[in-house]
Amino acid sequence: MDNADVWLVVPLYNEAAVIGDVVRRSRATFPNVVCIDDGSKDGSAEVAEAAGAVVVRHPVNLGQGAALQTGFDYVLSDPRMRYVVTFDADGQHQVHDVEVMLGRIRAGDVQVVFGSRFLDGRTDASLLKRLVLRAAVTYTNATTGTRLTDAHNGLRVLHRDVASRLQITQNRMAHASEIVAQIGAMRIGGHRVAYAEEPVHILYTDYSRAKGQSLWNTVNILAELIWR
Amino acid sequence: MRQLGIQLILIVGVLAVAWRLLISYGQKAIALRRLGLLALAAFAVWSILDPQIWNEIAGFVGIGRGADLILYGLVVAFFGFVATTFRRFRDLNNRYTRLARRIALDEVPRPGQVAPPLPPAPPTPPTTSTVKAADAD
Repeated sequence: MDNADVWLVVPLYNEAAVIGDVVRRSRATFPNVVCIDDGSKDGSAEVAEAAGAVVVRHPVNLGQGAALQTGFDYVLSDPRMRYVVTFDADGQHQVHDVEVMLGRIRAGDVQVVFGSRFLDGRTDASLLKRLVLRAAVTYTNATTGTRLTDAHNGLRVLHRDVASRLQITQNRMAHASEIVAQIGAMRIGGHRVAYAEEPVHILYTDYSRAKGQSLWNTVNILAELIWR
Repeated sequence: MRQLGIQLILIVGVLAVAWRLLISYGQKAIALRRLGLLALAAFAVWSILDPQIWNEIAGFVGIGRGADLILYGLVVAFFGFVATTFRRFRDLNNRYTRLARRIALDEVPRPGQVAPPLPPAPPTPPTTSTVKAADAD
Protein backbone atom coordinates (compact mmCIF):
# COMPACT_ATOMS: atom_id res chain seq x y z
CA MET A 1 0.00 0.00 0.00
CA ASP A 2 1.81 3.14 -1.18
CA ASN A 3 -1.01 5.49 -0.16
CA ALA A 4 -0.83 7.33 -3.49
CA ASP A 5 -4.61 7.72 -3.27
CA VAL A 6 -4.38 9.61 0.04
CA TRP A 7 -3.81 13.33 0.54
CA LEU A 8 -3.07 14.98 3.87
CA VAL A 9 -4.55 18.49 4.08
CA VAL A 10 -2.69 20.56 6.66
CA PRO A 11 -3.85 24.12 7.50
CA LEU A 12 -0.68 26.02 8.37
CA TYR A 13 -0.37 29.23 10.33
CA ASN A 14 2.85 30.29 12.05
CA GLU A 15 4.16 26.82 12.94
CA ALA A 16 7.69 27.16 11.54
CA ALA A 17 9.22 25.49 14.61
CA VAL A 18 7.39 22.20 14.13
CA ILE A 19 5.95 21.99 10.60
CA GLY A 20 9.16 20.58 9.09
CA ASP A 21 9.10 17.55 11.39
CA VAL A 22 5.35 17.12 11.00
CA VAL A 23 5.64 17.05 7.19
CA ARG A 24 8.67 14.73 7.17
CA ARG A 25 7.08 12.25 9.59
CA SER A 26 3.84 12.26 7.61
CA ARG A 27 5.53 11.85 4.24
CA ALA A 28 7.35 8.73 5.43
CA THR A 29 3.94 7.04 5.22
CA PHE A 30 1.84 9.42 3.13
CA PRO A 31 3.80 10.99 0.26
CA ASN A 32 1.00 13.41 -0.66
CA VAL A 33 0.93 16.30 1.79
CA VAL A 34 -0.49 19.74 0.99
CA CYS A 35 -0.02 22.58 3.46
CA ILE A 36 -2.30 25.57 3.09
CA ASP A 37 -0.27 28.47 4.35
CA ASP A 38 -2.75 30.96 5.75
CA GLY A 39 -0.56 34.02 5.56
CA SER A 40 2.13 32.92 8.04
CA LYS A 41 4.62 35.57 9.04
CA ASP A 42 7.36 33.22 10.25
CA GLY A 43 8.47 31.43 7.07
CA SER A 44 6.31 28.35 7.76
CA ALA A 45 5.57 27.94 4.06
CA GLU A 46 9.25 27.69 3.11
CA VAL A 47 9.93 25.15 5.88
CA ALA A 48 6.99 23.02 4.75
CA GLU A 49 8.11 23.20 1.13
CA ALA A 50 11.68 22.21 2.05
CA ALA A 51 10.25 19.21 3.89
CA GLY A 52 8.55 18.09 0.68
CA ALA A 53 4.97 19.29 1.04
CA VAL A 54 3.02 21.05 -1.70
CA VAL A 55 2.29 24.53 -0.35
CA VAL A 56 -0.76 26.53 -1.38
CA ARG A 57 -0.45 30.11 -0.16
CA HIS A 58 -3.41 32.22 0.82
CA PRO A 59 -2.54 35.79 -0.20
CA VAL A 60 -4.10 37.00 3.08
CA ASN A 61 -5.04 35.31 6.35
CA LEU A 62 -8.52 33.82 6.03
CA GLY A 63 -8.80 31.36 8.93
CA GLN A 64 -8.53 27.62 9.42
CA GLY A 65 -11.90 26.73 7.96
CA ALA A 66 -11.09 28.58 4.76
CA ALA A 67 -7.70 26.86 4.62
CA LEU A 68 -9.34 23.42 4.86
CA GLN A 69 -11.73 24.26 2.01
CA THR A 70 -8.81 25.48 -0.12
CA GLY A 71 -7.06 22.19 0.63
CA PHE A 72 -10.12 20.19 -0.42
CA ASP A 73 -10.35 22.14 -3.68
CA TYR A 74 -6.67 21.44 -4.35
CA VAL A 75 -6.70 17.69 -3.67
CA LEU A 76 -9.95 17.20 -5.60
CA SER A 77 -8.04 18.24 -8.72
CA ASP A 78 -5.96 15.05 -8.36
CA PRO A 79 -7.92 12.29 -10.13
CA ARG A 80 -6.06 9.57 -8.19
CA MET A 81 -7.22 10.93 -4.85
CA ARG A 82 -9.67 8.66 -3.01
CA TYR A 83 -9.23 9.78 0.62
CA VAL A 84 -8.58 13.14 2.26
CA VAL A 85 -7.09 13.37 5.73
CA THR A 86 -7.37 16.64 7.67
CA PHE A 87 -4.30 16.91 9.85
CA ASP A 88 -3.03 19.59 12.25
CA ALA A 89 0.26 21.41 11.68
CA ASP A 90 1.25 21.68 15.34
CA GLY A 91 2.34 18.08 15.90
CA GLN A 92 -0.66 17.04 18.04
CA HIS A 93 -1.71 14.28 15.64
CA GLN A 94 -0.08 10.87 15.22
CA VAL A 95 0.60 9.36 11.80
CA HIS A 96 -0.11 5.94 13.26
CA ASP A 97 -3.68 7.01 14.11
CA VAL A 98 -4.17 8.05 10.48
CA GLU A 99 -3.08 4.59 9.32
CA VAL A 100 -5.64 2.94 11.60
CA MET A 101 -8.38 5.33 10.42
CA LEU A 102 -7.51 4.67 6.78
CA GLY A 103 -7.68 0.94 7.38
CA ARG A 104 -11.17 1.53 8.76
CA ILE A 105 -12.36 3.58 5.76
CA ARG A 106 -10.74 1.23 3.20
CA ALA A 107 -12.96 -1.54 4.55
CA GLY A 108 -15.58 0.27 2.49
CA ASP A 109 -18.58 0.38 4.81
CA VAL A 110 -18.10 3.99 5.94
CA GLN A 111 -17.27 7.18 4.04
CA VAL A 112 -16.04 9.26 6.97
CA VAL A 113 -13.88 8.39 9.98
CA PHE A 114 -13.71 10.97 12.76
CA GLY A 115 -10.90 10.93 15.28
CA SER A 116 -11.96 11.07 18.92
CA ARG A 117 -9.95 11.89 22.02
CA PHE A 118 -12.53 10.38 24.33
CA LEU A 119 -12.76 6.77 23.23
CA ASP A 120 -9.72 5.68 25.18
CA GLY A 121 -7.51 7.00 27.94
CA ARG A 122 -4.46 7.97 25.89
CA THR A 123 -5.17 11.69 25.61
CA ASP A 124 -4.35 13.67 28.71
CA ALA A 125 -6.63 16.73 28.66
CA SER A 126 -7.40 18.98 31.60
CA LEU A 127 -10.77 18.62 33.31
CA LEU A 128 -11.90 22.05 32.12
CA LYS A 129 -10.95 21.27 28.52
CA ARG A 130 -12.82 18.00 28.77
CA LEU A 131 -15.93 19.73 30.07
CA VAL A 132 -15.84 22.35 27.33
CA LEU A 133 -15.34 19.76 24.59
CA ARG A 134 -18.16 17.67 26.03
CA ALA A 135 -20.45 20.69 25.98
CA ALA A 136 -19.44 21.45 22.39
CA VAL A 137 -20.13 17.91 21.21
CA THR A 138 -23.46 17.80 23.04
CA TYR A 139 -24.48 20.97 21.23
CA THR A 140 -23.25 19.62 17.89
CA ASN A 141 -25.07 16.31 18.33
CA ALA A 142 -28.26 18.12 19.25
CA THR A 143 -28.15 20.40 16.22
CA THR A 144 -26.78 18.13 13.49
CA GLY A 145 -28.42 14.76 14.05
CA THR A 146 -25.10 12.97 14.40
CA ARG A 147 -23.80 10.93 17.32
CA LEU A 148 -20.17 11.76 18.03
CA THR A 149 -18.01 11.89 21.14
CA ASP A 150 -15.56 14.59 20.01
CA ALA A 151 -16.73 17.18 17.50
CA HIS A 152 -13.77 19.53 17.63
CA ASN A 153 -11.06 17.12 16.65
CA GLY A 154 -9.04 18.15 13.63
CA LEU A 155 -8.18 14.58 12.61
CA ARG A 156 -10.65 13.18 10.07
CA VAL A 157 -10.55 10.90 7.05
CA LEU A 158 -13.05 11.67 4.28
CA HIS A 159 -13.91 9.74 1.15
CA ARG A 160 -13.59 11.72 -2.07
CA ASP A 161 -17.38 11.71 -2.55
CA VAL A 162 -17.81 13.42 0.82
CA ALA A 163 -14.99 15.94 0.38
CA SER A 164 -16.35 16.98 -3.01
CA ARG A 165 -19.72 17.83 -1.43
CA LEU A 166 -18.38 19.87 1.49
CA GLN A 167 -18.54 23.64 1.26
CA ILE A 168 -17.06 25.19 4.38
CA THR A 169 -18.11 28.80 4.88
CA GLN A 170 -17.15 29.25 8.54
CA ASN A 171 -13.70 30.69 8.08
CA ARG A 172 -12.77 30.93 11.72
CA MET A 173 -13.30 28.37 14.44
CA ALA A 174 -16.80 27.01 13.92
CA HIS A 175 -15.80 25.00 10.85
CA ALA A 176 -15.47 21.73 12.80
CA SER A 177 -19.14 21.76 13.74
CA GLU A 178 -20.01 22.96 10.25
CA ILE A 179 -18.25 19.94 8.71
CA VAL A 180 -20.18 17.61 11.02
CA ALA A 181 -23.45 19.39 10.21
CA GLN A 182 -22.89 19.15 6.45
CA ILE A 183 -21.96 15.47 6.68
CA GLY A 184 -25.06 14.84 8.77
CA ALA A 185 -27.27 16.52 6.16
CA MET A 186 -25.47 14.99 3.17
CA ARG A 187 -27.13 12.46 0.87
CA ILE A 188 -25.03 10.50 -1.60
CA GLY A 189 -27.20 8.67 -4.12
CA GLY A 190 -30.14 9.13 -1.78
CA HIS A 191 -28.34 7.59 1.19
CA ARG A 192 -27.04 9.13 4.37
CA VAL A 193 -23.28 9.22 4.84
CA ALA A 194 -22.02 6.34 6.98
CA TYR A 195 -19.41 7.42 9.50
CA ALA A 196 -17.36 5.90 12.30
CA GLU A 197 -15.17 7.17 15.10
CA GLU A 198 -11.70 5.92 15.90
CA PRO A 199 -9.78 6.61 19.11
CA VAL A 200 -6.86 8.96 18.51
CA HIS A 201 -4.11 10.22 20.74
CA ILE A 202 -3.80 14.01 20.87
CA LEU A 203 -0.36 14.91 22.11
CA TYR A 204 -0.44 18.10 24.19
CA THR A 205 3.16 19.22 24.26
CA ASP A 206 4.37 22.34 26.03
CA TYR A 207 4.64 23.89 22.58
CA SER A 208 1.04 23.18 21.68
CA ARG A 209 -0.17 24.25 25.11
CA ALA A 210 1.60 27.56 24.76
CA LYS A 211 -0.04 28.06 21.36
CA GLY A 212 -3.25 26.29 22.27
CA GLN A 213 -6.66 27.76 21.80
CA SER A 214 -7.81 29.42 24.92
CA LEU A 215 -11.10 28.21 26.27
CA TRP A 216 -12.55 31.62 25.51
CA ASN A 217 -12.57 30.36 21.95
CA THR A 218 -15.46 28.10 22.87
CA VAL A 219 -17.62 31.15 23.43
CA ASN A 220 -16.62 32.40 19.99
CA ILE A 221 -17.31 29.02 18.40
CA LEU A 222 -20.81 28.91 19.85
CA ALA A 223 -21.48 32.50 18.82
CA GLU A 224 -20.31 31.81 15.27
CA LEU A 225 -22.52 28.74 15.09
CA ILE A 226 -25.63 30.50 16.30
CA TRP A 227 -25.27 33.65 14.18
CA ARG A 228 -24.31 32.12 10.90
CA MET B 1 -52.16 50.02 30.36
CA ARG B 2 -51.23 52.76 27.88
CA GLN B 3 -47.81 51.04 27.79
CA LEU B 4 -49.31 48.29 25.66
CA GLY B 5 -49.33 50.54 22.59
CA ILE B 6 -45.62 51.27 22.57
CA GLN B 7 -44.78 47.70 23.53
CA LEU B 8 -46.68 46.45 20.52
CA ILE B 9 -44.97 48.95 18.24
CA LEU B 10 -41.52 48.00 19.56
CA ILE B 11 -42.19 44.28 19.25
CA VAL B 12 -43.38 44.79 15.68
CA GLY B 13 -40.28 46.86 14.98
CA VAL B 14 -37.91 44.21 16.32
CA LEU B 15 -39.73 41.47 14.43
CA ALA B 16 -39.63 43.52 11.24
CA VAL B 17 -35.87 43.88 11.60
CA ALA B 18 -35.48 40.16 12.22
CA TRP B 19 -37.58 39.47 9.14
CA ARG B 20 -35.48 41.89 7.12
CA LEU B 21 -32.51 39.69 7.99
CA LEU B 22 -34.21 36.77 6.31
CA ILE B 23 -35.18 38.42 3.04
CA SER B 24 -32.71 38.69 0.25
CA TYR B 25 -31.28 41.72 -1.44
CA GLY B 26 -34.12 41.93 -3.94
CA GLN B 27 -35.12 45.05 -5.85
CA LYS B 28 -38.07 45.27 -3.50
CA ALA B 29 -35.92 45.26 -0.37
CA ILE B 30 -33.69 48.02 -1.72
CA ALA B 31 -36.70 50.10 -2.78
CA LEU B 32 -38.29 49.69 0.64
CA ARG B 33 -35.08 50.71 2.36
CA ARG B 34 -34.87 53.86 0.22
CA LEU B 35 -38.50 54.74 0.84
CA GLY B 36 -37.94 54.26 4.56
CA LEU B 37 -34.95 56.55 4.45
CA LEU B 38 -36.94 59.21 2.60
CA ALA B 39 -39.76 58.96 5.13
CA LEU B 40 -37.27 59.30 7.95
CA ALA B 41 -35.73 62.40 6.38
CA ALA B 42 -39.15 63.96 5.85
CA PHE B 43 -40.07 63.25 9.44
CA ALA B 44 -36.79 64.73 10.67
CA VAL B 45 -37.50 67.97 8.78
CA TRP B 46 -40.99 68.02 10.20
CA SER B 47 -39.76 67.55 13.76
CA ILE B 48 -37.26 70.43 13.32
CA LEU B 49 -40.11 72.71 12.26
CA ASP B 50 -42.38 71.48 15.04
CA PRO B 51 -40.41 69.99 17.99
CA GLN B 52 -43.63 69.41 19.87
CA ILE B 53 -44.60 66.69 17.41
CA TRP B 54 -42.65 64.06 19.35
CA ASN B 55 -44.44 64.83 22.57
CA GLU B 56 -47.78 64.65 20.79
CA ILE B 57 -47.00 61.27 19.28
CA ALA B 58 -45.60 60.04 22.59
CA GLY B 59 -48.79 61.09 24.35
CA PHE B 60 -50.80 59.35 21.65
CA VAL B 61 -49.06 55.96 22.09
CA GLY B 62 -48.86 56.30 25.86
CA ILE B 63 -45.27 57.33 26.63
CA GLY B 64 -44.51 60.17 28.99
CA ARG B 65 -42.08 62.20 26.90
CA GLY B 66 -41.09 62.60 23.29
CA ALA B 67 -37.43 62.02 24.21
CA ASP B 68 -38.27 58.50 25.38
CA LEU B 69 -40.00 57.81 22.11
CA ILE B 70 -36.91 58.96 20.20
CA LEU B 71 -34.77 56.68 22.37
CA TYR B 72 -36.99 53.67 21.65
CA GLY B 73 -36.91 54.45 17.95
CA LEU B 74 -33.12 54.73 18.03
CA VAL B 75 -32.78 51.35 19.76
CA VAL B 76 -34.82 49.66 17.05
CA ALA B 77 -32.99 51.52 14.27
CA PHE B 78 -29.60 50.67 15.75
CA PHE B 79 -30.52 47.02 16.08
CA GLY B 80 -31.60 47.02 12.44
CA PHE B 81 -28.35 48.65 11.40
CA VAL B 82 -26.30 46.06 13.29
CA ALA B 83 -28.26 43.20 11.75
CA THR B 84 -27.99 44.47 8.17
CA THR B 85 -24.34 45.37 8.53
CA PHE B 86 -23.55 41.96 10.01
CA ARG B 87 -25.17 40.25 7.08
CA ARG B 88 -23.55 42.48 4.51
CA PHE B 89 -20.15 42.03 6.11
CA ARG B 90 -20.53 38.25 6.11
CA ASP B 91 -21.44 38.16 2.42
CA LEU B 92 -18.50 40.41 1.62
CA ASN B 93 -16.23 38.11 3.61
CA ASN B 94 -17.47 35.09 1.64
CA ARG B 95 -16.69 36.79 -1.66
CA TYR B 96 -13.30 37.88 -0.45
CA THR B 97 -12.52 34.32 0.68
CA ARG B 98 -13.48 32.87 -2.69
CA LEU B 99 -11.33 35.42 -4.46
CA ALA B 100 -8.29 34.75 -2.25
CA ARG B 101 -8.76 30.99 -2.66
CA ARG B 102 -8.89 31.32 -6.43
CA ILE B 103 -5.61 33.26 -6.40
CA ALA B 104 -3.96 30.75 -4.06
CA LEU B 105 -4.97 27.78 -6.21
CA ASP B 106 -3.98 29.47 -9.47
CA GLU B 107 -0.45 29.94 -8.15
CA VAL B 108 0.32 26.26 -7.58
CA PRO B 109 0.65 23.60 -10.26
CA ARG B 110 -2.08 21.00 -10.08
CA PRO B 111 -1.16 17.56 -8.67
CA GLY B 112 0.79 15.56 -11.23
CA GLN B 113 1.77 18.63 -13.22
CA VAL B 114 5.23 20.12 -13.25
CA ALA B 115 5.73 23.60 -11.99
CA PRO B 116 6.03 26.26 -14.68
CA PRO B 117 9.67 27.30 -15.16
CA LEU B 118 10.66 30.27 -13.05
CA PRO B 119 11.49 33.48 -14.91
CA PRO B 120 15.26 34.09 -15.19
CA ALA B 121 16.64 35.89 -12.19
CA PRO B 122 17.53 39.55 -12.72
CA PRO B 123 21.27 40.29 -12.89
CA THR B 124 22.65 40.87 -9.43
CA PRO B 125 23.76 44.46 -8.82
CA PRO B 126 27.46 44.98 -8.01
CA THR B 127 27.99 44.70 -4.30
CA THR B 128 31.03 46.97 -4.17
CA SER B 129 30.50 50.24 -2.41
CA THR B 130 32.56 52.31 -4.81
CA VAL B 131 29.53 54.24 -5.98
CA LYS B 132 29.85 57.78 -4.66
CA ALA B 133 26.86 59.89 -3.91
CA ALA B 134 26.61 62.66 -6.49
CA ASP B 135 27.09 66.22 -5.27
CA ALA B 136 28.27 65.05 -1.88
CA ASP B 137 29.52 68.53 -1.11
